[in-house]
Amino acid sequence: MLNNQGRPTAPKKLGAHEGKTFSGHRGLLMEEALIFETGRIDATGVDLDEPAAFTPRLGTLAREEEIGLPGLSEPETMRHYVRLSQKNYAIDSGLYPLGSCTMKHNPRLNESMARLPGFADIHPLQPQSTVQGALALIEELAGWLMALTNMEAVAMSPKAGAHGEYCGMAAIKAAIEAKGEGATRRVVLVPESAHGTNPATAAAIGFEVRSVPAGEDGNVHPQAVRALMGPDVAGIMLTNPNTCGLFERQIVEIAQIIHEGGGYFYCDGANFNAIVGKVRPGDLGIDAMHINLHKTFSTPHGGGGPGSGPVVLSSRLAPFAPVPFVRRNGDHLALVEDKVGTQALGRLTAFHGQMGMFVRALSYILSHGADGLKQASEDAVLNANYVRARLADLMSLPFGNRPCMHEVLFDDTWLKDTGVTTLDFAKAMIDEGYHPMTMYFPLVVHGAMLIEPTESESLASLELFIMTLRDLAMSALRGETARFEGAPFLAPRKRLDETRAARAPVLRWTKPEPIVDAQAAE
Amino acid sequence: MRYLPLTDLDRSDMLARIGVGHIDDLFADVPSPLLLKQPLDLPRRKGEIDVARALGRLASRNVAASSAPFFVGAGAYKHHVPATVDHLVQRSEFLTSYTPYQPEISQGTLQYLFEFQTQVALLTGMDVANASMYDGSTGTAEAVLMAHRVTRRNKAVLSGGLHPHYAEVVRTQSHLAGDDVVTLDADVSASEDILSQIDATTSCVVVQTPDFFGNPRDLCAIAEKCHANGALLIAVFTEVVSLGALKSPGAMGADIVVGEGQSIGNALNFGGPYVGLFATRTKYVRQMPGRLCGETLDAEGRRGFVLTLSTREQHIRRDKATSNICTNSGLCALAFTIHLSLLGEAGLKRLARINHANAVKLADMLAGVKGVEVLNTSFFNEFTIRVAGQAAQIVEKLATKNILGGVPVSRLLPGKGCDDLIVLANTEVNTDEDRAALVAALKEVL
Amino acid sequence: MSQTRYTKDHEYIRVDGDVGIVGITDFAQKQLGDVVFVELPQVGKSVAKGAEAAVVESVKAASEVYAPVAGEIIAVNGDIEGHPGLVNEDPSGKGWFLKLRIADASELSDLMDEAAYTAFVSACS
Repeated sequence: MLNNQGRPTAPKKLGAHEGKTFSGHRGLLMEEALIFETGRIDATGVDLDEPAAFTPRLGTLAREEEIGLPGLSEPETMRHYVRLSQKNYAIDSGLYPLGSCTMKHNPRLNESMARLPGFADIHPLQPQSTVQGALALIEELAGWLMALTNMEAVAMSPKAGAHGEYCGMAAIKAAIEAKGEGATRRVVLVPESAHGTNPATAAAIGFEVRSVPAGEDGNVHPQAVRALMGPDVAGIMLTNPNTCGLFERQIVEIAQIIHEGGGYFYCDGANFNAIVGKVRPGDLGIDAMHINLHKTFSTPHGGGGPGSGPVVLSSRLAPFAPVPFVRRNGDHLALVEDKVGTQALGRLTAFHGQMGMFVRALSYILSHGADGLKQASEDAVLNANYVRARLADLMSLPFGNRPCMHEVLFDDTWLKDTGVTTLDFAKAMIDEGYHPMTMYFPLVVHGAMLIEPTESESLASLELFIMTLRDLAMSALRGETARFEGAPFLAPRKRLDETRAARAPVLRWTKPEPIVDAQAAE
Repeated sequence: MRYLPLTDLDRSDMLARIGVGHIDDLFADVPSPLLLKQPLDLPRRKGEIDVARALGRLASRNVAASSAPFFVGAGAYKHHVPATVDHLVQRSEFLTSYTPYQPEISQGTLQYLFEFQTQVALLTGMDVANASMYDGSTGTAEAVLMAHRVTRRNKAVLSGGLHPHYAEVVRTQSHLAGDDVVTLDADVSASEDILSQIDATTSCVVVQTPDFFGNPRDLCAIAEKCHANGALLIAVFTEVVSLGALKSPGAMGADIVVGEGQSIGNALNFGGPYVGLFATRTKYVRQMPGRLCGETLDAEGRRGFVLTLSTREQHIRRDKATSNICTNSGLCALAFTIHLSLLGEAGLKRLARINHANAVKLADMLAGVKGVEVLNTSFFNEFTIRVAGQAAQIVEKLATKNILGGVPVSRLLPGKGCDDLIVLANTEVNTDEDRAALVAALKEVL
Repeated sequence: MSQTRYTKDHEYIRVDGDVGIVGITDFAQKQLGDVVFVELPQVGKSVAKGAEAAVVESVKAASEVYAPVAGEIIAVNGDIEGHPGLVNEDPSGKGWFLKLRIADASELSDLMDEAAYTAFVSACS
């Protein structure tokens, strides 16, 4: 007899589903409640033994009130966060062309190195004789950073890029005060195209910000700097390569003008990844530059930190580096933790900086070596220029079709009269499986779209990205606005109401009011 | 090179397509005498085996906390972190994503930040918390700046019980900004007269509890005097587990609560990365630094989360921003919130009881050692002892016996008359054997 | 008789006797987008011409509102603190920011009239 039991093994016809489900889940895309809605006050996912009876010594300050924290068992915890993770875009899942952010591959070797107990499980204040390997690691990484930049010293403790900027500008202020010019040199020159952190940092240190206009070609021009330079100027903060993705062609002349005028040159090193091994910032006349280890040396971005922002310093600023720093005495390494007896500008953080990030960065640097680091910069620049060359016929380049560095900047001139905005265009990329590029930054360009593919993309991956952008661009130029207005359509969420969030901020969960049955209450 | 997908053939095809002959044609804007033609004279690339060997060699020269009886605290604490935490933190979608600026494809990060903010607000007894700061020390300095904005004054008063590094960070920042700071003398016994320092010119008072020496501090009277004078009370903590056992700073009247969250979810990491916790009252939220995540709806009416109130931040306000910070400590905040979700109220309170019980045991044992005096009458999991001799030398001697026996206060407060003081911490990881070993070793070296 | 004058920073001042009502123009609210927050000055404070008198924020931008002329602030519009959307819906009516007692009426002649402002705006966009 023939056995006709069982399931059909080929699809018969394409069904239809309106996308609404009872559970709210959509196939593999799971909705997930807040821990405050699923957790319980008496649930826990950690087994701990209650201590034997003892007499507490908390004085009069023992907690009596409830905290209100929900607890989850281990399986619930695992599922909650796995489901949340699945709502995130990530480098590991796709091309992440976020200009100025450098979303490159994060090698997992670096993660396992950072978790070696000899690095992860040591305390910042245990005796220095028991952490000589950690101090040696800091010394070795510092050596690489100084060699790659040709600078005299490096302050390792800043916690992130903006903190590094703060450190570098503080060193400049300390140097100015040491010369007795603290009262007169109060102005810092900042180009209009700068990251917002630059003026914010200068202001935080008590400097007044004077804006330097950008040239028509996207570069800062020596004559614009010379016109603003004076005895009241402490220095300049310049990003190089700049936020338009261009190398500052006349940076050496600018440095000269600043130095001749008695000022200092701070370079925002956010885009150092384009030039590692190609040109050394110290050779350009820079006095201080922070290095974003989470960008250039690929310690992960982690959804917004932690970062790490060591600052390399010229010989003019080196004496003012903050404590702590590592000092070698023969075979022994010592941490100088107290500023007494030094010219140090002070202390910027508790302990010694982002050790976990130092390990990852050194692992990345050793893996690449001098040859690999140079190759990585070249590939980043090559990939960005390839994107430029392949899109230049459709999308508009504000500074002409000239070579860029590691990122290529388009503006929205080409979208004029299409009914599609930069925002719509970028959001439509989400439906195509790409993270949007950086939008509306830098501010000097209208409707900016800043694309940084990084060296981590293969040619095949770049091709598909380019073809997708070409398809979207042609669609926009044909006036197919339906593909753009309200996009994304296929993401875990549609566009979110940011106006609502800002007008009446809900910044935490609160227990809902109990629902009172009006009739029963009567 | 294993991390670089392009091959030499790819590269030459791409250069041709771009229309240049050589990669250096793309670097034409670099002044040509400065363009490096050869790789720098530094070591060449290495495979995984060699890198792991080189770094492993460095790691092996350090004494890991888990390999010795370990009593070091003073701002960073050795706690057990459940295995689940690190597994989840290493999910690609968390580890390799950026700041959630595109909320449609970042709901994972945004939702855990919203949950994190709520947990921090609950723990501290405050209304709202931000999405984290770099660490406790920089958070404290930011809190002082925030108080200056709120009060439009610029004088901070720092308690002598504040962690010396935290105080130094505040002083450095204040010097640079031209603000005033009054630092009270090191206050081992929590007996300082801080009330007399508060007047109508005071912007804020910064008090740590439990303080650097381990004393829990009652903030109520300080809060009252601050408020009567139009000043803010900033309460600081370095051991967040203490909030499971002690009255919250919010309940004692603090206006800003800031501290270090490392103890929950995060390894010691030789000092970083850590996670700063920052909470305040609703009325001050627009003066608060750092990122904030808020709840809203999407175009279909479904609940979702976005970064909000970002007009406070540097990318919009530039030189008028509330702070120059543009990073939080995302992944460390994730570790914190996962660990705290696993603990829950019941687990956190029990963890706090174990910490306190272990510290009480150690204090009782040390009280019987000749040449050791326990100075605290009350404490949570950390206290200060006075030893007969130089504390720094004693701690070094203990280290040669493979015991990491606390922090000599003179390391953080050199020349302040604290040369015979050691701060000792005890957590759930310390065993009776550890404590016995410390006591025995102390008897030998004293 | 009331007259309305405009600044290059897109504030308007509607003058009635020695009192002027100050707000931001329709062009300004459109440029800002949805207004989510306003910060108003204290009544009784005196402001110089061109000094910061209030702050207006949208999701994506924050701007200062400058005093078009010098004067003493005699009233502020508390309604827009609770309902900042009024600034978008009715900038020249319910969305006003503050009332000034004008110190020196001659300063008004430095400002643009309706026609000049309309021309100025069309040059901006």
